[in-house]
Amino acid sequence: MRNILAIIERELRAYFSSPIAYVVLTIFVFLSGIFFRSILAQVMQMGLISQMQAQQLGPRPMDMPGMISRGFLSTMSVILLFIMPMLTMGLFSEEKKRGTIELLLTSPLTDLQVVLGKFFAAGTFFVILLLTTWVPVGALYLYGDPASGPILTAYLGLLLYGLSIVAIGLFISTLTENQIIAAVLSFGTIMVLWLVDVVANNAESPVSKSVLSYLSILSHLDDFMKGVLSTSHLIFYISLMLIGLFLTYRSIDSLRWRG
Amino acid sequence: MITVENLTKRYATKTAIEGMSFQVEKGEILGFLGPNGAGKTTTMRIITGFMPATDGTVRVDGFDVFDNPIDVRRRIGYLPENPPLYLEMNVTSYLRFVAKIKGVPRDKIDQEIARVMKRASIEDVKERIIAKLSKGYKQRVGIAQALLNDPPVLILDEPTIGLDPKQIHEVRELIKDLAGEHTVVLSTHILPEVEQTCHRVIIIDRGKIVAVDTPQNLRFQLQGAERVTVEVQGPASEITSKLSAMPGVVEVRRISDSDGRHRFQIEGELRKDIRSDLARTIVQNGWGLYELQSATMSLEDIFLKLTTAEESEKQNA
Repeated sequence: MRNILAIIERELRAYFSSPIAYVVLTIFVFLSGIFFRSILAQVMQMGLISQMQAQQLGPRPMDMPGMISRGFLSTMSVILLFIMPMLTMGLFSEEKKRGTIELLLTSPLTDLQVVLGKFFAAGTFFVILLLTTWVPVGALYLYGDPASGPILTAYLGLLLYGLSIVAIGLFISTLTENQIIAAVLSFGTIMVLWLVDVVANNAESPVSKSVLSYLSILSHLDDFMKGVLSTSHLIFYISLMLIGLFLTYRSIDSLRWRG
Repeated sequence: MITVENLTKRYATKTAIEGMSFQVEKGEILGFLGPNGAGKTTTMRIITGFMPATDGTVRVDGFDVFDNPIDVRRRIGYLPENPPLYLEMNVTSYLRFVAKIKGVPRDKIDQEIARVMKRASIEDVKERIIAKLSKGYKQRVGIAQALLNDPPVLILDEPTIGLDPKQIHEVRELIKDLAGEHTVVLSTHILPEVEQTCHRVIIIDRGKIVAVDTPQNLRFQLQGAERVTVEVQGPASEITSKLSAMPGVVEVRRISDSDGRHRFQIEGELRKDIRSDLARTIVQNGWGLYELQSATMSLEDIFLKLTTAEESEKQNA
């Protein structure tokens, strides 16, 4: 445990002593702010329209804070898609390039400790990113009365979604010495997992349709956003995460054999 | 302390080392000498548990590298060919990180960092960012890292590469200092380095052990008087043909001529002193002998000798 903590601490220091942490944080906060503002404006307009309709057709209840938080947090999943590869691209590729991988793999650490340390380091940074969204969401609590249930499940969904992307990115960073290649490959892979949904909609046989849509990394988030917790979605993200970690572990092992 | 038996490493396309066996005693400094690509780094990487061998076993302090990797790694301090440094860190926080992953007890970390910094003489740069350090300091930070947690075995891959002469001297003194309490295996392709620091030398070439001995014996064996320079007065072509015909002479080369005197460089067979025979032949033919000198061989020459000798023995067999 102490070993894993040492690796997490070093990785986080590395994030914050290079521009990466600041660039990623700035862009994320900036983008999430813009999206929050535009979603807010959209929902307010809809609220205005429904108020006018209410005068003619009688009052209809409308959960405005809920609509805003749902819209906002679903958008986060898309922003994260673009940003997460930047957090994971250097995790192993830099160690390979600098030769520090030799230090890690010849110190009395197990390969699993090294893999988990890196995973939790990027995971911790991701959680910091996610925490910044509490500012706009907190504003909803300040000026409105949103239902907490769907917000909590949405955060749980985003957490699992982000961690499974971290695991995929971690694996990909073991494959190359070049950070840029790792970032582009991770982005491409996540993009494919995202786009299978589109392919699924055009699929002809119902079997391939259901298989493909099950693989879509974003569609599993929908229920979390609506406040529904379902085991099938939990299992999807957790297995994706475990597959990523397992592949990373195997990749380190094969790195040793190939030298 | 270290027992290597029948070690073989094959990559997909080539064999890096084959059937290597040797032992290193406790407190000894063993030098690996060999040209680039001979298998030095591969051997060290297998001993440190960085990569597994295709065949054969390595035991460190009784623990098998493959079966008990963590026990072995706990006993080894390793300096790879490129010092494994996190460039964005300062020296102290880097050493703190290494101390943690090496399992130095929490309350001993500061003390241990101070000890290795003193040992590697890097106390004056302890707050500096590693990226900003000179090559020599980086190398010494790498050595300090290997010394953390006081491992009984040190594996140093080309510890003096890229250093200036003064730094090279300091590192060699440090290594000599470490012997006794530590068992040291170091690799190099510089012969004087081996002579000055090592108790025993293993020469490897193309993945195989060519010779194992003390540096003194190796030099003695290899440098009998196999290359001799003579200055002779007389007919050049006749001298060349007569000397070439002598038993034990491999090659005669004329280097320069002046005032009817000729300088020749003569290559003798391996481990054979041809000096007295040369002198006798020259005098018996009535030529004037002005100079006879045995030339020191460089490491490259010794390598060429050793490896070509092996090859020709193989062809003869």
